[in-house]
This record gives sequence, structure tokens and C-alpha cells, in this order.
Amino acid sequence: MKRTFRLEGLGCANCAAKMEREINKLDGVKSATVNFLTTKMVIEADDDKMDRIIEEAGKIISKIESGVTVKRA
Amino acid sequence: MRKQIIRIAAGGIIYVAALIIKTDIELLELALMIACYLLVGGDVVYRAVQSILKGQVFDENFLMSIASIGAFFIGEYPEGVAVMLFYQVGEMFQHYAVDRSRKSISDLMNIRPDYANVKKGNELVKTDPYDVKAGDIIVVKAGEKVPLDGIVIEGSSSLDTSALTGESVPREVEVGSEVLSGYININGLITVKVTKEFEESTVSKILDMVENASSKKSNSERFITKFARYYTPVVVIIAALLAFVPPLFLGFETLEDWVYRALSFLVVSCPCALVISVPLSFFGGIGGASREGILVKGSNYLEALAKTEIIVFDKTGTLTEGVFNVKTVHAVNCSEDELIDFAAHAESYSNHPISQSLKRACQKEIDNSRVRDVEEMPGYGVCARVDGKKVLAGNTKLMEKMGISDFEDNVEGTVVHIAIDNTYAGYITIGDEIKKDSARAISELKNLNIKKTVMLTGDSGHTATKVASELGMDKVYWGLLPNQKVEKVEELMQNKSSKGKLAFVGDGINDAPVLARADIGIAMGGLGSDAAIEAADIVVMTDEPSKVATAMKISRKTLKIAYQNIVFAISVKVLVLLLSAAGLSNMWEAVFADVGVSTLAIINSLRALSSKKY
Repeated sequence: MKRTFRLEGLGCANCAAKMEREINKLDGVKSATVNFLTTKMVIEADDDKMDRIIEEAGKIISKIESGVTVKRA
Repeated sequence: MRKQIIRIAAGGIIYVAALIIKTDIELLELALMIACYLLVGGDVVYRAVQSILKGQVFDENFLMSIASIGAFFIGEYPEGVAVMLFYQVGEMFQHYAVDRSRKSISDLMNIRPDYANVKKGNELVKTDPYDVKAGDIIVVKAGEKVPLDGIVIEGSSSLDTSALTGESVPREVEVGSEVLSGYININGLITVKVTKEFEESTVSKILDMVENASSKKSNSERFITKFARYYTPVVVIIAALLAFVPPLFLGFETLEDWVYRALSFLVVSCPCALVISVPLSFFGGIGGASREGILVKGSNYLEALAKTEIIVFDKTGTLTEGVFNVKTVHAVNCSEDELIDFAAHAESYSNHPISQSLKRACQKEIDNSRVRDVEEMPGYGVCARVDGKKVLAGNTKLMEKMGISDFEDNVEGTVVHIAIDNTYAGYITIGDEIKKDSARAISELKNLNIKKTVMLTGDSGHTATKVASELGMDKVYWGLLPNQKVEKVEELMQNKSSKGKLAFVGDGINDAPVLARADIGIAMGGLGSDAAIEAADIVVMTDEPSKVATAMKISRKTLKIAYQNIVFAISVKVLVLLLSAAGLSNMWEAVFADVGVSTLAIINSLRALSSKKY
């Protein structure tokens, strides 16, 4: 399953790279990309783990760059 | 944003005033400077504290706060404020540049339709394209985007296809024409029957592809990601060593001086310039290409394209029009009409361009009930029963394979031999025209120093060599079956240099395995052809082979920009680090090496997106 999100307020490119790295480490994630320019995050993961992954990803994002809000694209 | 500008400006004014007054009372100076500092950089410090509380160290805010506060502690108040001031101004420029880039990107993506006018009874209902079903009837007015792929059932108009094809000449459509989402209706009113739902429509596919292209990273991007990962920690560790080891253990000068040098290190320790500008260059290149009607499915393909040494073209449908017409009919033992009739029926189930031309040439309507037991033999032809008679239609290889020996051997051009009930019945020659654009494509590629241009075809040697020599190609291989094309490409790949790449250009319909095998598979005429879009790494929307040369120019320009940014950013940073370590540069240079370089690199990347005609 593939889900796309918009990261509003993403302002730091290095942070985007860090988020991508961290989210990819989560259990069940097949691939995750955080695109600084389009401010889009695409997560591909196992269906049953998706909800938990989204929650974890949200935590990672706000830890790395506070002020970023995650929205469904 | 506005508030921030006012704050920074106010801080700047107080700062300059404080410098001019040059008060001797240190406490007053300190008070003024702290006021400035908080005004200018309060938010940075606040964010830094927040990050630390969340366990996130070494982010940009933290490093800048440490550097500037550190400057205060060693008594360099003006320096401390200056660092923050310039960092903030630089950040603002950088944000502006990023916003501009994001806007250019979203303009590029602005082909997404907002609504569809769905016809319900006599009413038109504005509907979200997502909710329109295949089979619905929609109306596209002048000035509107075609929201979904479909077929015109009423009206006629001129459509602007440039967003998809890069082609500036409008396309005329009438009843029965296929229209694709992303076209813009210029003048008439057309009623369209939707054939594909939004997610399957051309516009969605293209947007999807361009947006996802960044997930397939180029080597340059991979390098930057790796570099960024180690750069900051390494610089910070060196800074820590620099601050304390020489003064405390080696006995050099003052502690303040070395700490100052170390603080400059911290200022330069963000790899932002690279992390933003290199992916932006590739994104720009991919975006610029899509504006020319060239879809690149990943940064890695764009990078590979710039290193192409050998380009292999399929002939039919790629260099030639792929529209065949019957030129001569030579019948033995039966009439010419009968011969065409049998051939057309035998080939009636095939979509091959040759079969199409036979069907067009046939006077009678094709009657499928007359045909049975169709067996297609790729690379040979077809065997079928027509009116109960066993009909073979195909090339000389088919005749030899089936044991028909008395066929005419020396016929020019593309030939379909026909045998009826194992007796040779004659041949039909079919001609194809070279595309007007092909010669230009090959000569442009030669100007781009492509080492070798090769043509592969399943066609006979006669036609193949004629086309190849007319176009000035270096090498031609003919009479190839689909699997032999793969073998040829593999053979050619072994002959290139280790870093060079091989690109194969085909129509994406019959040559999917070759497209997959080549370093870069390029499909032509992708517009409206899902097969081509699926199979290839790069899709040329129109039928013009010269777009391959255009794509190559874009890829080389993109790579050049990316390299420029890498070399520029790294060398400025290393230079400033060395100068700071030696005590020859101050924090001002360090701030420039951070935000200044980022801003310049981003502006440079934007060139990749420029819509300059190639």
C-alpha cells in the first residue's frame, strides 16, 4: 500500500533527508521518500502496519522539524 | 514573514547605531547587543531549545545559537549579533529561492484539471474529476482543460497539447477523435465520452511519474546524502577539538581565539547548500524535460542519459513513420485482388502495422467468420485457415521454414509472401516512409558526440541498409527476431566503455524486452500508449526522434549544473574551514559559506528548469 502526504511548513532540506532516513528504518516500511521540493512524503508499507507507521512517522517528523504538519495529499 | 522582516530590520538598525555610538561603557554595549540579538535571533534560539528538549541535537538552529552565543561569551558581541543577523537575512533569501523553485515546480504540475462538466440529463454538473466514471459524458468548453481521457462524440475544436507534448501547433479534433486529459480546449465546444477514470487518465499518470521520479536517485544525489550524513558530525567534532586542544594542550595563544575559530566551524557545518540544490537541479531537469514532452522516470535515468555512448534505434515506427502502404502486388496462380483478400484475412487478427496496411488495401470488408486457426509467429508471419484454405503470409524465413521453395527471392523493400495450401501464390510489397525528423535526430546526436548510432530491424537487408545510409547511421543490423534484438543490444553493451551507457529507442509496443535490457529504454509516441509508458525509462510523448537529442541536451545541462553546485559548495566550505582554522577568516565569511552559498546554489539550480528552447 502506498500513501502520499503533504508536509506543510517543511523548511529545511537536511531535515527532510533525516526524516526520510529515519522513516525508512521503521518496521514494515518498504520505501519512504520525503521530497523537500514538492513537500510530499510517500510511504509504501505493509497494509496492516500502515496506521502505526503513519503515527510513528508523524512523531519523527515533529521531532526533527517542529512546526511541520502532516496532511493527506 | 512580514513581522520577521520588521524584526530583523529593527535589530539591524539598533546594531548599526550601537556600532556608530561606540560607547565606552561595556555594560551598555552588552545590553544593546543582547537586545539586538534577541530581536534578530530569538526565534532561532527558541527553536534550538525546543529541538534539544526533543532530543534532536546538531540541527541548524542549534549550531547557529551555539556559534553566536559562544561569540558573546568570548566578548565578541558585535560578531555574535552579526552572525545571527546575516544568518537570518541569508535564510530569508534562501526561503525566497526555495519558494520560487516550489512555485516553478507547481506551475509545471499545473496540468491537473480542477473539475469536469458532467452531463446529467440536460444539465451540466461541475464534478471533481475523481468522481467521474468511465462512460460518463462530459462537456469541455473553450479555455477549459480536458479533465479525463475520452473520445469526442459531438463538436469539433482545436486543442492545445503543449503541456503534454511540448508541441506548439494546436491539434484539430472532431467526432471520433481521442482527447487526453491535460489538453486545453482553445475555441470550440466539445462533448466527450470518458474512456478512463481519473486515476488512469494521462494527466494523473504523468504527474505521478514526474513526482515520483525523485525517488529514483542519481549517483550525485546519493553522494550528497552520504556526504551530508558525515559532514556535520565531522565538522562539529573538529570544531570541539580545535577549540580546546591547541590552547590547552599545545600551548598556542589564547583560548578565546581558538574558540572563535571553532565557532566559525559550527557556522559552516550545515550541508544545506548541497542537500537542497542538487536534488533541485535534477528535479528541474526532469520538469524542464516534461515541458518538452519528454517524461523521465527517475533522476538516475537523466544522469545515465548524459553518459550515453551508443544509441540504438529500432527502425519501424521509430525512425520511419510505421505507417505501411501496399506498393506492389505480384500474384502467381490467382488474381491480385484474391491475393490481397487472402493475405488481409490471414492477418486480420494482428495489430502489426503490416497487417493494418493489408487490411486497408483490401477492397472487401474483413469477415472474421471466414478465418480460423490463426497462429502468429513473431519474426516470421502468420498461418491461418481462410475459407478452409491454409494460408501462410510472412517473410522469406516463413516460406523456408514451411518448406515453400519457389518464392521470389530478390524483391526490394518489405515483402509479404503468401502461400495458399502449400503452394506459392505471390507477394505483396509494402513501403514505409522515413520520418521527416529522423535525419535531424541522427545529425544532432552526432553533434553531441555520441560515439555510435545503430539501427536494429526485423526487416530485410535491402530496406534496412537504405534507411540507415540515408540517415547516416554508423551501423545497421537487419533480419532480427525480437529475441535477437535483445542479444544484439547485449553484444553492443559489452563493447562500450565501462562508464558509458547504451540507450535503446523503440516504440514500446513490440520491443519491451529490449527497452528493459538497455541501460536506458526510451519509448517514442508515448502519448496515449500505456504500454510504452510502462515499459520505458524515458518516454517521448510525440513521434519525433529528435526529442532524444533534446533529452540528451537537457540531461547534460542538468548534470553540469549539479556538478557545479557540488564543486562550488564543497570548495567554498572547505576553503572557509581551512582559513578559519588558520585564524585567517572571521565569522562573516563563515556565514556566507553557509547561507550565501546555499542561495547561490539554489539560484543556479533553477537554470535547469528554464524553459529555453532546445
